[in-house]
Amino acid sequence: MRAVLLIAGLLAGLSAAAADYAPLPAAVFNSVLPADGKSAPARMAPFAMRVEPVTNDEYLAFVQTHPAWRKGNVPAALADAGYLSHWNSASVLGSHALPEQPVTRVSWFAAQAFCESEQARLPTWYEWEYAAAADSTRTDARADAQWRERVLDWYGRPSSTTLADIGGDANVYGVRDLNGLVWEWVDDFNALLVSADSRDQNGADTTKFCGAGAATLQQKENYATLMRVAMLSALKASDTTRALGFRCVRTL
Amino acid sequence: MKRLLLGMLLLLGAGHAVAETPLPGTSVYQLDVGLIDQQGHGWPWADRRGQVQIVSMFYTSCSMVCPMIVDTMKLTAQAVHAPGHAPLSLLLVSFDPARDTASVLRDYAQRRHLPSPPWMLARTESPAAARQLAAVLGLQYRQLPDGDFNHSSELILLDAEGRVAARTSVIGRLDPEFVHAIERTLADQ
Repeated sequence: MRAVLLIAGLLAGLSAAAADYAPLPAAVFNSVLPADGKSAPARMAPFAMRVEPVTNDEYLAFVQTHPAWRKGNVPAALADAGYLSHWNSASVLGSHALPEQPVTRVSWFAAQAFCESEQARLPTWYEWEYAAAADSTRTDARADAQWRERVLDWYGRPSSTTLADIGGDANVYGVRDLNGLVWEWVDDFNALLVSADSRDQNGADTTKFCGAGAATLQQKENYATLMRVAMLSALKASDTTRALGFRCVRTL
Repeated sequence: MKRLLLGMLLLLGAGHAVAETPLPGTSVYQLDVGLIDQQGHGWPWADRRGQVQIVSMFYTSCSMVCPMIVDTMKLTAQAVHAPGHAPLSLLLVSFDPARDTASVLRDYAQRRHLPSPPWMLARTESPAAARQLAAVLGLQYRQLPDGDFNHSSELILLDAEGRVAARTSVIGRLDPEFVHAIERTLADQ
């Protein structure tokens, strides 16, 4: 009897611990970043995305089993001094980091390590943008000016606003909080604005970038997404910020 | 012979000392990835510790700026005047581990006259590891649908502990500031 209880307890523990992932189908997606730097759409393979960003509580469970990622243990090359600085200590969240708030002040390396720990990876920019283009009824709401306005509103809020808990409205795939909660790391954050086919340019920076297709931005009316691209590409992999969290995906 | 023995002892002693000093937090060798060189040998990235080196990333099928990166590294190494100091190592890591196999890298090194030492051409074990290495070095790149890459072109100077001592995006000609930084870093070892 005790064994049964123990097993039931373990199972309950497991189901509480395992994050939910929702499947997204293959698609041809018109990103703000054309795949060839001109106009080519992105070709998306099917994948599953975490329905919520990773929370403080989930990240705490991760660092308890992966001590190398505890606050205080991570070298500056992999996370700057702000890493989890709003946590009370390496093992206590405290009043500035509520369990159901998305974890923030984590570096790209830390986010990668977390995703790996649940047999997942960070989404590519295309995966993130594709999932975030949906609202509760449409897979692509971006042509709707009201939708764009709502997304943009969030970016206009002062950064000192307290982070909300996870649990916003689900989009048509069942994924929540892509817009309006936190910025999120993507795997290829350092690939987004590798631009300017420099052979055509003059001046000191002529060879800063090398490549056949210059990155051009499409959908100029989609400011919110363009701001996200600009913000992500300004980051270093060791950076941590107050409103930058992440979620993971799995290839299907 | 005596000098050779003495030299070997010194080397062993130095290796020992290095192993006992903790790696600085800002060292790029804090990143745990594997490299495979043009001879097909696998190395932990952190095995580069102890060498002052110029590092950059490239890919062999690139016909535009990459040859200029290699030429600029050559030019820079030739301009360094540091008599009596440790040699300067030169490391190129591919953005494109899928196509830049060890034999492709070896052919490239031969064609472009990049003898080892001081040159090492290497690939990472996976595209994900290439992305991590670029991230820790602060380099940006993007693969295009046709297989080419757009990428930032920079030379990065690492000191023996793997700290970024200097970087330059001057490609195609010598950057005197960067050469001075190399000389200073070699003198500090």
